[in-house]
Parts: sequence; C-alpha cells; structure tokens
Amino acid sequence: MSKGELRDVTLVEAVNMALHWEMEHDENVVVLGEDIATNGGVFRATVGLKEKFGFKRVMDTPLAENLIAGTSVGMATQGLKPVAEFQFMGFIYAGMDQIVSHAARMRNRTRGRLHCPIVYRAPFGGGIHAPEHHSESTEALFAHIPGLRVVIPSSPQRAYGLLLAAIRNPDPVIFLEPKRLYRALTQSVENNGEALPLDTCFTLREGDDVTLITWGPCVMETLQAADKLAHQGVTCEVIDVATISPLDRETLLCSVAKTGRAVIIHEACRNGGVGAEIAASLAESAFLDLQAPVVRVTGYDTIMPYYRNEDAYLPNVEDIVEAVEQVIAL
Amino acid sequence: MRQRHEFHVDSTRYLDDHGKPLDDLPALGGDTERVLTAYRNMVLTRTFDSKVIALQRTGKCGTYASVLGHEVIGTAIGQSMAKTDVFVPYYRDQAVHTLRGLSLRDMMLYWGGDERGSANWENCPEDLPIAVPIATQCCHAVGVASAIRIRGEERAVVCCVGDGGTSKGDFLESINLAGAWHLPVVFVAINNQWAISTPRSLQTGAETIAQKAISAGIPGHAVDGNDYFAASEVLDIALERARGGKGATLIEAVTYRLGDHTTADDATRYRTAEDLKRAWEKDGVKRLQNWLHDNGLWDADKEKALQADSKNKVEKAVEEYLATEPQPPTAMVDYLFETLPPALQAQRERIAAKYRGGES
Repeated sequence: MSKGELRDVTLVEAVNMALHWEMEHDENVVVLGEDIATNGGVFRATVGLKEKFGFKRVMDTPLAENLIAGTSVGMATQGLKPVAEFQFMGFIYAGMDQIVSHAARMRNRTRGRLHCPIVYRAPFGGGIHAPEHHSESTEALFAHIPGLRVVIPSSPQRAYGLLLAAIRNPDPVIFLEPKRLYRALTQSVENNGEALPLDTCFTLREGDDVTLITWGPCVMETLQAADKLAHQGVTCEVIDVATISPLDRETLLCSVAKTGRAVIIHEACRNGGVGAEIAASLAESAFLDLQAPVVRVTGYDTIMPYYRNEDAYLPNVEDIVEAVEQVIAL
Repeated sequence: MRQRHEFHVDSTRYLDDHGKPLDDLPALGGDTERVLTAYRNMVLTRTFDSKVIALQRTGKCGTYASVLGHEVIGTAIGQSMAKTDVFVPYYRDQAVHTLRGLSLRDMMLYWGGDERGSANWENCPEDLPIAVPIATQCCHAVGVASAIRIRGEERAVVCCVGDGGTSKGDFLESINLAGAWHLPVVFVAINNQWAISTPRSLQTGAETIAQKAISAGIPGHAVDGNDYFAASEVLDIALERARGGKGATLIEAVTYRLGDHTTADDATRYRTAEDLKRAWEKDGVKRLQNWLHDNGLWDADKEKALQADSKNKVEKAVEEYLATEPQPPTAMVDYLFETLPPALQAQRERIAAKYRGGES
C-alpha cells in the first residue's frame, strides 16, 4: 500500500499498516514476539512484515514473555525501537518485572543516559469467546506505574495514528488493542504516516447533558447508548480517553464543567480501576460543577467468567443508558 | 539404549592456592604490564570496598554490597573487554567498573542514594546500570547482543550474574535465546557459594552451573574465579568467539563471597568461621601477589606504595562524594519521560513549592 492511499480497514489492519509504515521509514524499528514473523501473528497484526523487512528486523522469539519484555529493554538501550507483541494481555504478567523494574525506570535511573523507546502491544478485553486467560482488561495495573504510557485505541483511525505516535515516542508505551473491535468495523484510513497526539483524550461527540467517559472496547457500546439517548432527547458528550496514563484530566474537567454530569464506562473490574482515578479527579477538581454523583458502569470485581457467561460480565448498552438516566434524574 | 549425545564441562586453573603455577601459564602471563595493572586494580577495589563499608557504618552511605571475593574475576572481565564492548552488570561488579572508567565518586554516589551514580559514564556510555532485581540483566544483555547482531558489528556483551541468579527464568531464558539466535554475548555466572544465606547446593541439583550452557546449546566453561590467569584466558577466548560471530559462552567463575551479602546482612548467622577461613586461604588477590613476588615483579616497598596510592585515590573520591550536593527534589519528576507530560506538571510545581530553594 503506497503513501497517502485511502483504504477501508479494520482496527487490526490499521495496526498492520502503521507497523509497515514505520518500519519502512525508520530502520531502527524492529518487531518481536511469539508467532509474529512467519505466521504474521495469531490475529495477523504483523502479517507481511517478515516478507518485507526480513528476519533480522521481524523476530519470532522463543516462548518466554519475560524474555520478550527484557530483550526489548536491551535492544532499546542500543537505539533500536522494539515493538514487542504479547500474544494476549493475559500472558503479559510474566513480563511485568521487566516492564515495571526496567523499561519504565531506565531513563530515570540513568538520569537520561539510556532510555527505552519500546512499544509493548497486547490484544486485550473480552467478547470473542476466547479460552480462559484470554479476555481480561488489566490496564489499571500499568496505569499505576510511573514512567509508562498506557494507550488504548478504539477505532482503525486512532489505532493507526496512536501506534505511530507510540513507536515514535522515546519512552515505553503499553499499547492495548481491544480485540473485540479488531474486526468489528471498518473505517477509512489514509496511509500518510501522520501520528495522533498522546496524552490527549478524544472527544468523539459533543453534547450538553452528560459526559460519557470511556476507552477501548466500551467506546462502541457507549456510542450506541448515546444514539439511543439522543432519541430520548438526552445529548451526551462522548470522550474516548485513549491515553489512560498519563491522564488528560483537563479535557475531562472542561467537559464536566459544561455538562455537570459524568458516567464512566470501562470493561475492567471496578475496584481500583482507572474509572476510580477519574472519578476521584472529578470529585477533587469539579465538585462544584457536578449536579449528580459520578457513576461508573464497569465489569464486576470477579474473575472474567468463561465465555458462556462472558456477556453477563461485559457492560452493555442498556447498562450505560440506565446509568445515564440515573444521573439525569438528579 | 544407544547414547546419542555426549557433553562435558571444561574447568581451568593455573595457580594453586599459594600462587604457584600448576601448569605452563597462558601467553598473557608474559604480559607484565597487564598483570601488574590487574593487581593494582584488585587492591584499589578492595581499598574502595573497605572504605565504603566504613562510610556505611558511620551513616555516610546507604546499604552497600561488598565486592570481597570478586576482585579477581571482576578485574579479568574488565581487562578482557574492549571499550566498544558492552557491560551488563549486577551489583557486585566494582572491580569491573573501575576498569570500565567509572569514577570512584560515581560508584559511591550510587550506593549513597543518588541516581547520578549511573548517569555520567562517559567512558562506557552504552553500559547498563547496576541491576538489583536478580538476573533481570541477562535479558537486557541478549537484547543488546541482538542489536549488535542486527547491525553486524564486531562487538560483544558481557553479562554478570550470581549463582542465585542462575535459578531464575531470566537467566535460563536468556542463555536459551543466546543459543537460538547465536548472539555475541558472554555470561559470567559468578558462583560465590551464597545467595544471601542460601548455599549454592540449594540453588540447583546440577553439579556445576557451567553445565546449564549445554541445555542452551552454547559452550559452558568452569574456571577458578580466584585464578587471574585462568579467568583471563577463558574470558579472552569467549570474547573473541563472540566478537567473531561464533556465538555465546557461559563461564562459571567459582569463588567465595568473603564479606556479608550487604552491610545489612550478618553472615555469621548461616556460615561458620572455619568455612570463611578456608575461603580466605584461596584468596585470589593474595595469590596473584605471591606470584608477582615469586617472579621478581613485586616487593614490600611496591606494596606499601600501592596501598598508599589506592588509599589516596579512595580518600579523594570520598571527599568529592561527600561534597556533592543532593539533586533538587524536583529531579524525581524530571527523568520519568523525555518531556514532562501535562498531567505531572502540577505535582512538579507542588514539590518545588514544598521545598523552596530546591527548584532546579
């Protein structure tokens, strides 16, 4: 695909497009992970890269997540820009020590002498009837770690632009791809190499009555809920947080100053989730603007059920509509 | 059953416990300047060590991990490495660091609670900082080696790890990758017999640590880590192999941790005075000194002058270290990211306001 070409692509194809673009324009970008080279990744996010850029830059690793995370650290200190794939977020924990103890800290502990321009990619979230350990949303674990960025795209356009931004960023980024949205929709994406800003929320829809704050897979249901509510005469401002950490509180506070109401929607467990941090920030800094308590629509504080009960766990459109009706009534 | 594979682990030693040759020395034994430089480095490192322990005991330095027992293998590593090679250390590699060109002041700064101790390594800017979490550095070493391989450079990586560290997945996963990808890296497992209080025998049922290389498909070699000539020879060969694109090596350097694990530890709780006494009898620094004496390269006057010179260097570094002002508190924010995200600006301002005068 050539520069500037406009194409209707899915989210996973947009990831693939961004990887192709950046590998072609920056020889320091390398890609590594399990089954990512010859097989093109289990979701095909890396398909075609090996054929184009060769085994030297597109590396099938042994099956060891800690090694993938730590090898990327070593590569990064040499000026490479590794894009490492964890096959599913459920397998990222074996790499936590390397991500938390080293990738996130290298710049700080060498006072900037060495740094880690790494992107750790992982498909996350439920909704595709996958086996156990394949459906969790644990972004809050990483949002808690200083020195990491946590970025979550929710559309093909944002997947393309945010992944380019993540690779070009000189610091480590946890890039979580909602696998429920991998092929749920297509969008026209221009292959122009243009990155989107990090550390910024995206206001997807403007409205006056309530601010719906969400990210990742729940953006889809949130937009559907906003449509439904529009028919009832309720206009929702829909914000895709996209960059979970560092968090762009400014955009959220400005919106709530306008609407006076906020509902936070995320798929992850409620306890200690990023929604709690956002709710606390609103309580601290927008208390006088609020006309109703901030309400959260989230997954339950349970282990993700196996897929027969998966839908019972995931927040749905009705849950969101109900929460909005609740805060509007106050 | 037919035997399909046969493996062995070589072990090298040239000097007995008293510094008497057991065999003809390798060629480097004739390189008088190299050997004398090695001995001076061992004495300097040991002088540094006892001084930093004294600083800690008097409240002038934080918890510190003594290098005692690692001076010989560390010196051999530092000498075998080229400037363009990359060193990936753990936390008992002071004898390597002096040869990599770190200042004694910076080494004190690190243990004295200041991140700048790992900052200004202008003589070895690509070397990784000290790794504390045990064996995690092995994964970094193979990453650095991968970058070298991708670029087709004739350089190598040396990675140190303790005997305790060889029990961790990081080590095993890394030697495995080094074999699978044919990486230019030399792992030196410094077997000092103790992981804090846990003896080597409880780390693994394997007879040697060197033999773990076999499972990774790379050569493994055991060496007397208190024998300067043996350690240097084995390292020279492994590094030449790595730089020449012939792949990785695991070296097990057998020594003994002569000090406590750190200044926060009390080794008398778990090992006997007799064990320690026996280990001191194998001390590699004394062994090399004896060899130098026996070969007419050393005498009491030279020793006295070296001790005085080492002490002066260390005292000068202590002065510089103690005179180094702490970083402003705002520095805790300034190195998280290349540019400060807006989300952290308010926290930085709060720190600056709280510690007025501490603004950078």
